Amino acid sequence: MVDFGGWELPQQYTSIRDEHLAVRKVAGLFDISHMGRLVVEGGAAEAYLQRLFTNDLSPLAPGHAIYTLMCHEDGGAIDDLVVYREAAGRFLVVVNAANREKDIAWMRKHIPAGVSMVDHTNDISLIAFQGPRAHELLPLHSTPTDDIAYFAFRAGKVAGVPALVSRTGYTGEDGFELFIESGLVGDVWDAILSRGKDEGVLPAGLGARDATRLEAALRLYGNDMDETVNPYEAGLGWTVKLGKGDFIGRDALAKVKETGPRRTLIGLQTAPGDIPRHGAAVSDAGRRIGVVTSGTHSFFLGHPIALALVESPSLRVGGKVTIEVRGREAPAEVVKLPFYRGSARSAVAPAKS
Amino acid sequence: MSNQRRYTKTHEWITVDGKTVTMGITDFAQSQLGDVVFLELPSAGRKLAARESFGVVESVKAASDLYSPVAGRVTAVNDKLTAKPELINSDPYGDGWIMKVELTGDLPADLLDEAEYKAVTEASAG
Repeated sequence: MVDFGGWELPQQYTSIRDEHLAVRKVAGLFDISHMGRLVVEGGAAEAYLQRLFTNDLSPLAPGHAIYTLMCHEDGGAIDDLVVYREAAGRFLVVVNAANREKDIAWMRKHIPAGVSMVDHTNDISLIAFQGPRAHELLPLHSTPTDDIAYFAFRAGKVAGVPALVSRTGYTGEDGFELFIESGLVGDVWDAILSRGKDEGVLPAGLGARDATRLEAALRLYGNDMDETVNPYEAGLGWTVKLGKGDFIGRDALAKVKETGPRRTLIGLQTAPGDIPRHGAAVSDAGRRIGVVTSGTHSFFLGHPIALALVESPSLRVGGKVTIEVRGREAPAEVVKLPFYRGSARSAVAPAKS
Repeated sequence: MSNQRRYTKTHEWITVDGKTVTMGITDFAQSQLGDVVFLELPSAGRKLAARESFGVVESVKAASDLYSPVAGRVTAVNDKLTAKPELINSDPYGDGWIMKVELTGDLPADLLDEAEYKAVTEASAG
């Protein structure tokens, strides 16, 4: 077990390799109840969230979700999150575990009269069933999912238990995030594993979650971005809708867009064995240009992969750099993101950059 | 000398057959490392001092140095680990052996038997 934003989470249940491959080939089941779940409600809830978030919620119909960033006035990212519109004036906001208290404080500071925000992190649990076969391996007495589009959700049932069934995830694969009352989530967890056992479904820990999200080039707040990084630098400019009206950070972000970001998040690949670690220096022809923000060995692709934040606008796919690995300069190649495009049915995946 | 397995406080194991020592890392060590993805190993012929770092084991979590518990000359390395580093995880005392060394000195005095090593791992797991 490891500490993750104050939550005890398993790095692996059995083996990161097996769990990772299960997610890519069949499906894996993650307990992601550490993520913060906030319900924002009121007649002015949309206007309030529009002011806090960079993405545009106005076209979002009830039953649909959107990925967005929340920034400071200077454009630095406070958090990245997913907003679910449950009704015209009711939103579910899912934030990173380690940022939950910071986010709540920031959101409270700006909350207008007539809008309420309630933290449901402890009473609603969240599990993610992810993989190309997740949709066919839901247990008996589950809501049909064929007509739930990517980044859409609906109230239904899984294994007979009431659940909010959302076609979202953090692996690049098709699959579901399931919001379930905490007292009942254990039954659903067991039912999914029991239904999928003979098909190769495995419970999957943080190690597999990190590897699959990195292959899909989905950013991890705290690694790939923080308050000193703006959305354009993180390659998430597509979540910034400068034309939607005023929002916190708009002026600063408009300037970044005009002048171009100082740094860029790029994908790198190294030879087997040269695993780039978070914080490792990246150099171009002997000149230090940035740092690795996330790196791992991809069991699925068969070689290490990394995201790096670099100051070098001229680097292109196919370009050669070096990464400090175990005290020496290991060769690395700039590659296209995402490293792997899974079964997620996406035209607007968070990985798009 | 017996070929019974003995251990170090730094989680290597050895067996001794005459002058030849076979070594690897313990089951506790592999479970702490998590899935091993790569090993950097010495070439046959290399001379090692006791406690000298002779290689690196990379797991998904971190890179860790490997230390030789004994002084000697490397006579064989386990080539299977190049293609299948996961043998370190699945069979640390069998197919996951790392190398064989011909002793040039005495065995260290502070090797642990099974029960003593178990006490070490229980202390560090606690």
